Parts: sequence; C-alpha cells; structure tokens
Amino acid sequence: MTTITPDLIATHQLTEAEYDKIVGILGREPTYTELGIFSVMWSEHCSYKSSRLHLKKLPTRGKMVVQGPGENAGIIDIGGGYVAAFKIESHNHPSFIEPFQGAATGVGGILRDIFTMGALPIAVMDALRFGPLDDPANGARNRRILEGVVSGIAHYGNCFGVPTVGGECVFESCYNGNPLINVFALGIAKKDEIFYAKAAGVGNPVIYVGAKTGKDGIHGASMASAEFTEESKQKRPNVQVGDPFLEKLLLEACLEAMHTGAIVGIQDMGAAGLTCSTCEMGSRGGTGIEIELDLVPQRETGMTAYEIMLSESQERMLLVADHGREEEVFHVFKKWGLDAVAVGKVTGDGLLRVRHHGEIVAEIPNQPLADSAPLYDRPHTKPLRQAPMEAPEFTSQDLTRDLLMLLGSADICSKRWIWQQYDYQVRTNTIAGPGSDAAILRVKETGESLAMSLDGNARYCYLSPREGAQLIVAECCRNLAVVGAEPVGATNNLNFGNPERPEIMAQLVDAIEGIADACRHFETPITGGNVSLYNETLGEGVWPSPVVGIVGLMKTGAPVGTHFREPGRAVMLIGSLDESDPVRFGGTQYAKVILKQLWGLPPALDMDYEKRVQAAVREIVRAGLTESAHDLSDGGLAVALAECSFGPDSTGACVYVDEEGSLPIALFHEGPSRILISTSEPRRAQQIASAHGVDATQIGVTIKDRLQIINHGTMLIDGEVQALKRAWEGALEHMLHS
Amino acid sequence: MKFGVVVFPGSNCDHDAWYAVRENLGQEAEFIWHDSDRLGNLDAVILPGGFSYGDYLRCGAIAKFSPVMQAVKKFAADGGLVLGICNGFQILVEAGLLPGALVRNAGLKFVCREVRLRTETTDSPFTAAAHKGQILRVPIAHGEGCYVADERTLDELEAEDRVLFRYLDNPNGSARDIAGIVNRERNVMGMMPHPERASDPLMGSTDGLVIFQSVVSAFAHA
Repeated sequence: MTTITPDLIATHQLTEAEYDKIVGILGREPTYTELGIFSVMWSEHCSYKSSRLHLKKLPTRGKMVVQGPGENAGIIDIGGGYVAAFKIESHNHPSFIEPFQGAATGVGGILRDIFTMGALPIAVMDALRFGPLDDPANGARNRRILEGVVSGIAHYGNCFGVPTVGGECVFESCYNGNPLINVFALGIAKKDEIFYAKAAGVGNPVIYVGAKTGKDGIHGASMASAEFTEESKQKRPNVQVGDPFLEKLLLEACLEAMHTGAIVGIQDMGAAGLTCSTCEMGSRGGTGIEIELDLVPQRETGMTAYEIMLSESQERMLLVADHGREEEVFHVFKKWGLDAVAVGKVTGDGLLRVRHHGEIVAEIPNQPLADSAPLYDRPHTKPLRQAPMEAPEFTSQDLTRDLLMLLGSADICSKRWIWQQYDYQVRTNTIAGPGSDAAILRVKETGESLAMSLDGNARYCYLSPREGAQLIVAECCRNLAVVGAEPVGATNNLNFGNPERPEIMAQLVDAIEGIADACRHFETPITGGNVSLYNETLGEGVWPSPVVGIVGLMKTGAPVGTHFREPGRAVMLIGSLDESDPVRFGGTQYAKVILKQLWGLPPALDMDYEKRVQAAVREIVRAGLTESAHDLSDGGLAVALAECSFGPDSTGACVYVDEEGSLPIALFHEGPSRILISTSEPRRAQQIASAHGVDATQIGVTIKDRLQIINHGTMLIDGEVQALKRAWEGALEHMLHS
Repeated sequence: MKFGVVVFPGSNCDHDAWYAVRENLGQEAEFIWHDSDRLGNLDAVILPGGFSYGDYLRCGAIAKFSPVMQAVKKFAADGGLVLGICNGFQILVEAGLLPGALVRNAGLKFVCREVRLRTETTDSPFTAAAHKGQILRVPIAHGEGCYVADERTLDELEAEDRVLFRYLDNPNGSARDIAGIVNRERNVMGMMPHPERASDPLMGSTDGLVIFQSVVSAFAHA
C-alpha cells in the first residue's frame, strides 16, 4: 500500500487545497489509485479548471444546435433527417515528444469523439504550428517534427479511411518548443440515431470494447497540463501508440452495434482512459458504475489498478448495453474480431467502485469527481505583448520582388507537399479539398453539402487577443461565404501558455470574449471544443493561438474555385480597400517577411460590414455569377491575385489601384471584409452587392499568363504567372530539404 | 449486371466502388464479406482500395489467405471478371492472380493526386469502351504503388499487350510507367489509380467511368 505523502501529491500536480477537497469528498484519505484518478480528472486537460469560468461566455445555442458543449462532440441539424457532429482537439504536447505517434493518436482521438456519438466521420482538417524551418538553433528539429506530424496524420487518417481535406500550417519562433497540432473532425448521423455518453439503467452491463489496455499513455492528461522542461523528453512513454486499422474496425463495429438498438450509452476512452469514461458516463446518467479490473483485457501481466485506470491505450470504448441484450453486442464485435467484455454494471448508488483482485481499490462519488473539479478565477491583468504600437518608417524598393518573397515564404507558400500525403478524397465526398478557401463535402444522403473552414492567426492575437480572435471567426465565416455556404456552427481550440501567469490568463480571457462576440455576431454558436494550456517550454510560452473551425451548409453542386479561368473576365473586389493606418499593418505577413518586424494592432474589423460582405458574396456565388472567388487574407490583395492566377490555365490579371498613400499597404494589407471574384457579369454582381450595402468595384480584367498591378499609369507589379507560381509551389519542399 | 464489392476488414474504398457502380454506372452492386467462401450470383467482382487487415506484413499479404480470395480465384478461373483497384491490385498480385509486385513509392511518401493515364490497349473487357491512346484523368492515393517485376515479366506483359494503362507523369517510380495490367486470360485486371473516384462529375473527372462501362458492355456481349 503506497502512502500518500505531500511529495506524491505534488507529483500528481494537485495542490494542497485540491487534495483537501478530495479528502472532503471521500470523507477519508484517498488510496493511491484514487489519487491517480482524481489527478487526471482534475487535470487542466480534463477539468478545464482555469478556463471553465470564461468558457461560459461563449454562445452555445442556436436554432440548429442539437447538442452543445459537454458531450464528446457538438451536433447541428443539417436537414433531411441528418445531423453533423464535429469537434476540434489538440495533441500538442505528445506531438512535441513523439511527432509521428503524437499526431496520429491526435487524429484517432478526435475520430472516436465523433463516432461515439453515432456519427460516421467524413472529414478531418488540421491546424499545425511549428517553429521556423530555418531557425538557426532549432531548424533541424522543427523540420523533423513537421515531417513526423504530417506522416502521423497521413498514416492514421489514410488507413482509417477519412479524408483529410485541408487545414493550415503556420511557422513562428514561439512554436520552437511547442508545436501545435489541432485536429478538426466532422461526421454525419441520422438525427434519430444519435448516441450519448450516459450510463443509464441500474443493472445494465458495462462493456469494454476494442484494444487491450497497456501501460502506454499513463498520465497523458496530466502531462498535457504542465509546462515542458528538459526532463519532458523522458516522458516519451506517456505518449500513446495508435493503430488506425483497429480504429477502423472499432468504428464499423460500434456503428453496427448501435444499429442493434441494444446500446444505451457509449463513450470513447481518450484522455484519462477508463477513469474518465466510467465516471463521466455515470455522472451524466446520475448513476454509479462498478467495474472489476480483472476482467479488463490487458496487454501485459502484472498491471496495477492504478495503471489500468490511468492507461491511455488507444482504440478503446466503453458502452452500456441493455441488460439481457449483451449477446447482440458481443456478436457484432466478434464479427469484427474485437474484444468485447462485460467488466461491470450500472448501479444506483452514484459511486465509481473499482475492484481489483477481489479488493475495492477505489470508491468515489461519480458526480463530484467528474463535475466538481476545482474552478479557478485566475487573476488576469493586461495581455502580454512586447511590441511597439508605433509603425516604423518603411517603403519598398521593388514591389514585384516583395511579392515573390511573400509567395515563397513559409506561411503563404503552397502546402501541397503536406496535403498530397493525405488521402483527401476517400469516401468520394470531397467536392473541394485542400487549397480551397473552405473544404466542401457532399452529403450523399441529403443532397446538401457541408463546408468546413479552419483558421487561426497568433500574430494578430499577440497584438490584441480580443481583436485577433474576432478576426479569426470573421475569416472562417468569410471562407465559407466564398464557396457559397452559410455558417451554422463552430468549435474552437484555445492554445495558450501558462494560465497561472496573469498576463497569459489575460490573453485567454480576452480571446474567449473576442470569440464570443464574433460568434454571436455571425450566428455561429460554439458547440464544443478544447482548451490546451501550459504550452510553454523552459518558460517561453506560445503566442495566444486560438483556432476556430466553422461548419457551413450549402446545396450540393459544382464548386466555384479560387482560380481565374478565362481571360477577359472582370476582376472585382467585393468590400473595401480603404484602410491605410500603418499601425494596423504591423501584424501582416509583409511586416513579418519583408520588414521582419511586429508592431501595432491587427487589421481593423467592422463586424456589421463584414457580415454584409459575406451575405453579398454568398448570394453572388449562389446565383452562379462567378467563375472564381477568393478572400483576401495573408499577404493581402497582391498575394490573393497571385493565388487566383495559379490555376491550370495560367490565367492572370491586370489590375488598377488608385493609391495616393503607401503602396505596400495598398498591395499587401490584410484588412478583412474583402473578396476577389472574376465574372462575366459584373453589373449583376454589383447590383447584389449594393443591395447589401457593400461596395463592389471592378479593379481589372483577367489576362493570359501575367499578373500586373498598375497605379496611376505606373506598373507596380509585373510578373509571369508561371514564375510566381514556381516561387510559391516549390518553397516548402526547398525549406524542408535544403 | 451485378457487381460484387469485397469488404475486407480495413477496406475503405468499398463504399466508393459500390456508389460508383450503382449511382454513376446505374448497375447493381452488393457487398461480399471477407469470410464468405462463396460469391453467389455475380457477374464481376471488385477488390476495392483500403488497408485490408491493416496491411500488416505487406500490402495484401494477409488478404490473400482470406476465404473470399479462394472464391475469387475460382471465379477468375471460371472466366469471371475481376477488378483490383489500389489495395485490390496489391491483393491480386500477392494472390498470384497477376504478376509482379507493388512496393513503396519512389518518393517514400503516400501520394494523393490526380494523374494522367494513357490507355495502352482496348483489347480487354476493362478498356474496350475506350480508344487506344485515350488519356484518362484519374486520382491515385497510395504509399505502395510502385509496380515492379523482372525484365522477362515486363517484356512478356508488353509482348502480350497486357499493359492496360501507363502513367504520363510517373508518380511512384513504377517500372515502365505501368499503372494497370491484365492477366494472360484477360479477365483479371489490377490498377493503382482509382477509377471509382473519377466517375462522378462532382468529383472533378468522369474519366474512370469508361473502365466500368467497358465491363458492362463486355458482359452484355459475352
């Protein structure tokens, strides 16, 4: 019997006050196993103890929301008797320690969150953040982490058979010791066949299915709740190992078992494994759960109760079946060659009772364990930022050269090298995949399509977490509008540093409030998400890095792409160009890549105007008036024009700007609420825009093979499309392999 | 006509093949579970893409021992039409129904993208509806799609007009740009690209449909 000492409590990352609360709940000292159970359930990762108070500010309701936060995934109604289940999860810490398995199991974890709701996963997107590939001290490691992460995502998603349809990949020094790997997954289910993670019906059997339990991943949740130090590399055994083949079988078997009607509730074993699934299901059902660990399928002999309860072995699920119908469930799992064992039953006493070798090793009330984790109102001051407010003096020597440099820069360049390793087409639903502003997945069953967009911008958020977060939501919705979709629901992943530092906590609070404002404005309720804190290594934290994923709805049809198609079409800018405040230019890619500085504030956003621009574009696109549509984001107008020119036909554009002020700002500013379209019907597009109170200006015309930008008769940029495209397309591979 | 689509544990393009046959081709399709040792009343069999049995050991190496493959072999021996796509091609090669082997891509990475294929022969039930030299835009999605065989086998395949498709821009290092082949009896074919992903206008290309249409007309004329 292990004695509970202050040291042991500290290594479990529990404070003295938290320990006292445990003693209060139990009415006695905890056993060693109980201490382990509390430490994972009350870890930041599982309990959201630092963020819960502020997460309440997020809007979570809407006319289409079927299930908001609190379940394994959020659910929205997509019509035709179907729903979409979606959520985002991070696997940041494991991916730093072991990039391939860390990323692979990140994909595996979020897929289980989707199919545990009874939904078939139909698409995945990833938001990736790494340190610079050419960082003098860390470049080699950053390249290795990127290659490992991408292979891990590809390995798991491709084999499982879910298309990875897009995402984003950004490089900043703050991610040198803390890469971010956020996976956004989406599934569909029939509306009357949604499953919940509730343990109901006293006497019902609790059934363990899937992979055997091993010693991998023990304390993964707690590891994800602490800063990294030099010793963290020793935590490699805390990273789980994934088997996508097994997960594929688990998916098929679970969905088939759900169809028998014999399943009452189901939850995947993710963070904190058997512990989390038992007490959360019990807590949601208002019941107790009694399990016998001797019955749990184990990969090795001699595992302790502590290890079995805390293992994060992958590809496991816990389900509650109707008493007397167990055989139907067993039959399905046997067909798929999977373990399925009754390990306990639902009880009426509200306790999580764990037996091992005939002895009770843990007996904890489910409800306080799952729901009464400490809640902290951590002090927050002014968000950390070390950047001047004033803009430096700057001019450009050569705007064409600036454009080439931006196109070949790490954040803007083509990510084809990454996404070509992902099977983005399996299940033949991908109408628009990687490289599109938003991915489009058709739902064969309903004739509608779902659009997905995933965005983040830590540069903006570092300058102002609140405004940055609003810009992210706006961009996400804009990406959906560009493909003709109506945004309907959102999920977010909040990647921040150590919340115990008031200036970091302030970043988190401001970002949450910013997301809340914007999601309210754009009518995209948050249906769930994830918080990843303590993204710090050796005292250096990541910039505030909220990532937002939004799902939109549209009619199924041929997509409008980003590329210009034919010469001689009008190039129109929907929205406005007229922002020229240099203070607002300090977070742009031009400031980063060309000027190598960071200052001021992110671009200004007028949410009312933004919403009208989106509505206008959506209507124009849906009316079939555009041959291409693409929003202005990183690198502004010039980069967007170049990206529009990179289609198979090498159609470029000749564009006129009437600029009196700063030319770099005119060409490269990243002001929101702006979309480029090419059309043969500019007048009709204009009419629609003006009905929404939005400017739509013809700024030029598409031409063959060249991109030209002219100001008052002076050629500012003149480039061959193919030369620009080469700079953009080959850059990432060059950075990785030179 | 009725197509059977074999489902191995780990198959993940089974639904795509089934959908293409039913919705895009307008023919019947049904799934066949891997442990059935009889195929039933079928006119053609598709071994779909995916990672059968996790592709442990080697792609297709375990699938060849499954009961359904004994049935497929018999079906083929009796002259039935068999299409192996991606993992299905790997399985046919492992099972000895087609010559050669599929090894890791030259770039050692999984590659998903559209490729262009040149139709090398129309003398097969899988290409009869195409015209010789017809260029097809069809996606690939594989990590082990590099076709290899000894020189004699490759010479034989060419001499006997058994190369169905070649890559115009070889994405995986396949010997002599080979993307798809047929057996000597010309009723069993394997190809790494995915024609079922190029059968629906919404997926960007319908060039793959000609392969399934060839099978339908071959069956109608049999």
